[in-house]
Amino acid sequence: MSNRKINMKEKYRLLTRDLDWEYSYRDYKEVFPQQEFEGIKITDWSKWEDPFRLTMDAYWKYQAEKEKKLYAILDAFSQNNSQLNVTDARYVNAIKLFLTGISPGEHQAAMGFGQVGRQLGGVGARVACQMQAIDELRHVQTQIHAMSHYNKFFDGFQDFSHMHDRVWYLSVSKSFFDDARTAGPFEYMVAIGFSFEYVLTNLLFVPFMSGAAYNGDMATVTFGFSAQSDEARHMTLGLEIIKFLLEQHPDNLPIVQRWINKWFWRGTRMLSLVAMMMDYMLPNKVMSWQEAWEVYFEEAGGSLFKDLARYGIEMPDYAQTAIAEKEHISHQVWSMFYNYGHATAFHTWMPTEKEMDWLSEKYPNTFDKYYRPRFEKWREMEAAGERFYNPTLPMLCQTCQIPMGFTDMEDPTSIFYRQSEYDGERYNFCSDGCKDIFDHEPEKYVQAWLPVHQIYQGNCGGPSMEDVLGNYYKINLGVDNMDFHGSPDEERWNIWHNLQPAEDKLKQAS
Amino acid sequence: MSVAAITPDYVGERRDRLENFHGNQIVYVGWDRHLMFCSPVAFALPPETPFSKLQDEVIPGAFSQHPDFAEIDWSAVVWHLNGAPFLPSRDKSLIEQGVDHKSIIRMATPGLNGIKGSGS
Ligand SMILES: [Fe+2]
Ligand SMILES: [Fe+2]
Ligand SMILES: [Zn+2]
Repeated sequence: MSNRKINMKEKYRLLTRDLDWEYSYRDYKEVFPQQEFEGIKITDWSKWEDPFRLTMDAYWKYQAEKEKKLYAILDAFSQNNSQLNVTDARYVNAIKLFLTGISPGEHQAAMGFGQVGRQLGGVGARVACQMQAIDELRHVQTQIHAMSHYNKFFDGFQDFSHMHDRVWYLSVSKSFFDDARTAGPFEYMVAIGFSFEYVLTNLLFVPFMSGAAYNGDMATVTFGFSAQSDEARHMTLGLEIIKFLLEQHPDNLPIVQRWINKWFWRGTRMLSLVAMMMDYMLPNKVMSWQEAWEVYFEEAGGSLFKDLARYGIEMPDYAQTAIAEKEHISHQVWSMFYNYGHATAFHTWMPTEKEMDWLSEKYPNTFDKYYRPRFEKWREMEAAGERFYNPTLPMLCQTCQIPMGFTDMEDPTSIFYRQSEYDGERYNFCSDGCKDIFDHEPEKYVQAWLPVHQIYQGNCGGPSMEDVLGNYYKINLGVDNMDFHGSPDEERWNIWHNLQPAEDKLKQAS
Repeated sequence: MSVAAITPDYVGERRDRLENFHGNQIVYVGWDRHLMFCSPVAFALPPETPFSKLQDEVIPGAFSQHPDFAEIDWSAVVWHLNGAPFLPSRDKSLIEQGVDHKSIIRMATPGLNGIKGSGS
């Protein structure tokens, strides 16, 4: 028996393409029942170009090395009590938002790629999806591990997975992934693989990971590094799916373009939460949301869509609206969370004077004109012992599920209202983008689990705020929620660092 | 095709049907150019609620923290219902004058434009 050593190319073929077989006693359509209903036409799966030449055994080895390094650093982080080295305790709220809002999305992505990896007819695409499914599972695990250390010292982390299925703002990211996972396999790939991973991923990871680096959070930075090479692979897969679909059949173009429009819009709506995190929750700022948007969407995305023009793909619908909104959304979304800071599992606060000046400088066209007066009023109210909380539940958009707090870019002090009537019922939207998504597939979005309506239907633990927030959401009332000032987080931080709260200093001085 | 689904003639559950609200309907109210309240708000009210009750009890509960609220000249308020001009009559119920489930009522208060005129 010859014991010949196989070369890399041969090994690659054996461990990817050669895993497939001919279906001799079952019909191909029975094996891949989801391949046609979306209207996508595939003529030849062998044209799929494997976006990364990686075999499973090499993948395991490579990932295991990264894990080893990551956990060594996380151990050192906790042994050195490095939570004390973050800029200030307000920063930790950014990673509370990450753990509750983003990490469950990684898990959803893992499940989605697992499912799609079963449904695509081409073996190359299936192997790529399998690797990405495992990557995403690794991401959610390593994020939980990286942040579990903070859970020992700060409030609001403890029930993130319970909260994900219930809490009003977490329904924004939950419904985003639910939408993608309940679509067909090709829409899922365009939604998560291309629109999210390729077009928008930098606007998620740069703010959080550089934010972590600028604010002394080495645990999160290290996680970010360990995910970076995965993300590079995810981007190549996203681009390959678009090219493949468009090269397979000309009829695929309008379908793919509509998915890009849809998922660009859903993605930018979801990223508005990242925008507020970036401009308001980082004590040390990296850059403004507007700057990040210009670099990562307008420049990078702009040249991407120029490249895709040869396939007939155009800039997504409403890209112009999203561009106009870059000067507003972070302020509008922070206003929403400040309004409902009694119903969040993290703390909110008004920016300091210095931070307001930074915002004025970064947003010369909008901050002083539209937002500073509001924030100064809120600061005054807080100083008078009447910190503002909105006493009434907000109206939500049927599609993105965000409170209807976005304004008309032609008239930035007017809320943007859109409405559709479908089958005898009214549905309301924050934008033309969200309305278009509903109008195209109303039978899907009539099912939206809108947190505010669910509360009014009595499905969230009871009629009182204590029932909903305390028992149903599992927010520790008076601990996890409310303003940062006066919170147990702030108090402990001040004790650890021998700091006096500003009010006490004032009292002593007088 | 009103949804791309693997099941032919797929019909989704209407999750917010009027019947699900135990005798109430959802009514949204937004106060134009007062974005201190970040978005319009949602109430669950019986459809028979007289407009006077909405104006005198429900709306103040939502918006009275704003310094402009006490200044409102109610006879000058400009109302919109689902985007169209609307002249509410105080004695009629919501449903009698077309304020049905998931309707949006907007109120504009001429001359009152929020904190320092900023629309907040
Ligand atoms: Fe990921
Ligand atoms: Fe990814
Ligand atoms: Zn929306």
